[in-house]
Amino acid sequence: MSGLEWILLLSGVVSGATPILLATLGETLTEKAGFVNLSLDGTVLLSAMVAFMVAFETQNAILGFLAACLVGALVAAVVVLFSLWLGQSQVAVGFVLTLTTRDLAYFLGNPYTRLHGPQFSTFPIPFLSDIPVLGPIFFHHNWMVYAGLALIGFCWAYIYRTPMGLRLRAVGESPKASFARGDNPAKLQWVYALAGGVLVGAAGAAFSLCVKPGWGRPQGAEGTGWIALALVIFGGWHPVRAAAGAYLFSLLQVLGIYFQGWIPSVPAQVFQVAPFPLMILTLLIIAYARKTATQEAARRRLWMKSFLDFFSGTAPSALGKPYRLESF
Amino acid sequence: MASDPGARMAVELIDIHKEYGPLKANQGISICFAPGYIHGILGENGAGKSTLMKVLAGFTPKTRGLIRIDGSNTEYQTPAEVSRLGIGMLYQEPVDFPVLSVLENFMIGQTRGFWLNRMATQKRFESLCLHLEFSLPPETPVQKLTTGERQQLEIIRLLSLGANVLILDEPTTGISSFQKETLFQALKALAKEGKTLILVSHKLEDIERLCDRVSVLRKGRVTGEMERPFDTETLLKMMFGSVPSPLKPSQTAAGAPLLNMENVSATGDRAGLRGCSVVIREKEVVALAGLEGSGQGVFLRLAAGLKVPTSGAIRLQGEPMAGKDCIAYQNKGVTFLPTSRLEEGLITGLTISEHFALKASHGFRVRWNDAEQQAQARIEQFRIKGKPGMPVESLSGGNQQRLLLSFLPDAPSLLLLEKPTRGLDLESTLWVWEHLYHYREKKTAIVFSSSELEEILMVADRILVFFNGGVIRDIKTAQTDVHDLGRAIAGKA
Repeated sequence: MSGLEWILLLSGVVSGATPILLATLGETLTEKAGFVNLSLDGTVLLSAMVAFMVAFETQNAILGFLAACLVGALVAAVVVLFSLWLGQSQVAVGFVLTLTTRDLAYFLGNPYTRLHGPQFSTFPIPFLSDIPVLGPIFFHHNWMVYAGLALIGFCWAYIYRTPMGLRLRAVGESPKASFARGDNPAKLQWVYALAGGVLVGAAGAAFSLCVKPGWGRPQGAEGTGWIALALVIFGGWHPVRAAAGAYLFSLLQVLGIYFQGWIPSVPAQVFQVAPFPLMILTLLIIAYARKTATQEAARRRLWMKSFLDFFSGTAPSALGKPYRLESF
Repeated sequence: MASDPGARMAVELIDIHKEYGPLKANQGISICFAPGYIHGILGENGAGKSTLMKVLAGFTPKTRGLIRIDGSNTEYQTPAEVSRLGIGMLYQEPVDFPVLSVLENFMIGQTRGFWLNRMATQKRFESLCLHLEFSLPPETPVQKLTTGERQQLEIIRLLSLGANVLILDEPTTGISSFQKETLFQALKALAKEGKTLILVSHKLEDIERLCDRVSVLRKGRVTGEMERPFDTETLLKMMFGSVPSPLKPSQTAAGAPLLNMENVSATGDRAGLRGCSVVIREKEVVALAGLEGSGQGVFLRLAAGLKVPTSGAIRLQGEPMAGKDCIAYQNKGVTFLPTSRLEEGLITGLTISEHFALKASHGFRVRWNDAEQQAQARIEQFRIKGKPGMPVESLSGGNQQRLLLSFLPDAPSLLLLEKPTRGLDLESTLWVWEHLYHYREKKTAIVFSSSELEEILMVADRILVFFNGGVIRDIKTAQTDVHDLGRAIAGKA
């Protein structure tokens, strides 16, 4: 493989990762606040469909993008309504919604299949895109890819460097203590659930307006939401590590396409599906890395310890357990 | 109304009622707290002390009554409003964020703006630490601190928020005697500065040592008030209605060796356990003394078969136990009662009857009537304040412990108890030990850990002193006293 091919491959990885990246960051934000939104998979499809539909009807990709974000926030709002206000299980509501929104997307999107609509065009960043190797890999994309890259840093800085981020982590760890410190846990949780929903909606738009333009059945975005949910765990609820996971998954997908060309005797489906079991394998390795026995074995081996430390991360203690005030 | 630090604040509770459904936790309590004093609230478990303090701290709304701050009636709904008024509460179980660092815990609730100003906060944190002679590592996650250190952090945080009234709910539970000393010094200094301090406790000796005046609660009512100097007999009468009779340890000779540990080492806790060689005999009551996390927990879990030693040998009734799991230990009659009642001992969400049904679960059908009858019988036998249909988490700490004791098998060979009387008042403690002593007639050896030196000296035949993961002292109770034991615990053996 030539240098140029490598650059092309990596450039594909960076742009292809954008939808999963956005969904992963969104869910990380939501789960950091102790809230679980399991409706991701269907929401990504529905918002992808809405993004394309609105963009097609108005011939304006920006409007399509905004509509998708709104859809993401609305679905999150339904989970919030049922769990925080009506006291229902976040998991159950999320599951049902993921199925509903998927079917809704296919049903409402039927008239828009296989049409050609507007999409975000490539916008090479001046000067930066001229840098050899790095330029074509990172700075020769459309603006959603740049936004995704910037968002990794923003999420990290927000969560770990601002008072707001500190309160976000606090409510996910202990809503009771958060309440004692003068915050309203339910309010913080719905704010971050909605913010996460906006990003999940943006992930859908990233599919139908950039990565896999247009709408079809299947759309090609199926499974993204589940992978994003797994990546949040993979990343130990840390935005940068979760983002690294998104790029790893994208790399596996792109490599699948290349392998298809190199070994034509293997059916194409194998390479399409391969990233999913590989992802499970990765998750397994990480789960083992966190076991106490492994930790103790690694105590005397410095390289192993730093390797394991990178993967260590624990779920917010109050994840999925909304706080009820003592009101009897 | 914003509080200004250094202001003197008087708090008055007038005819406070708090009802949880049919349960009347507080029935018309009136107390006046004056600035510059340490005011004790004394009472046995379930007397309504914690409820009263939760009402005062705004964590739970009162049913009826008035709260007057500096002479004016005050109403509030949330803890945040209360903390703006200048009242801070230190809860019995720490209400903090275990995963976050000390400094982050300190910051939450008192930082504004867009960027975290770590430098300035750390400076304020360090100056407060210095002022009260606490030493806390700012970057360590709070879960790695001891209970005492978490308390110190909370006190500093409340002061930094401008608290003029400080409520401490059972602050001496679960902390070492040295941390207790540090805490008491700090509290005395704060009272001298004009702060209003409220100390809630069921421990008479803490109240007597520290407080200037005390109000005694019993069954949700104030049964008496007293100023220094205190009269112990009168206070006990106010607390219990009568003076509980002290325990008479029965002196019985130890029997055959039951548990042998030979040069055993293991990881865990803060210090692990290193080179421990101990013999426990039948009928013995052995206390494990030491600072929190010095190896007592590891020792108990090794003896219960819940932990595997990295080196050394364990023998039970002469039989080597290497490679055997905790079921094998259980079959040999080893029973372990951990300290965290709700996490490891009881199942939150299940009722008392359901616990008995679970224990007797054989066959296909649950015999609800039997379970209910058994629950009722044990409730009476163990004097548990509760009903068979009540979920276990709604019982008070003392009653949860009684329930756990009621599950113990009839004739265990070795009873391992981790802080069995943690958080219990004197009457309950005496009751628990009276009950445990009955096991000696069945040749049972009892090994227990405790942070209360008085309790250890009162009930144990033999004391093992742990320091930094090693047993540094193995001594008969008759040959030591509080002073000697205190020095040994600090590693000056």
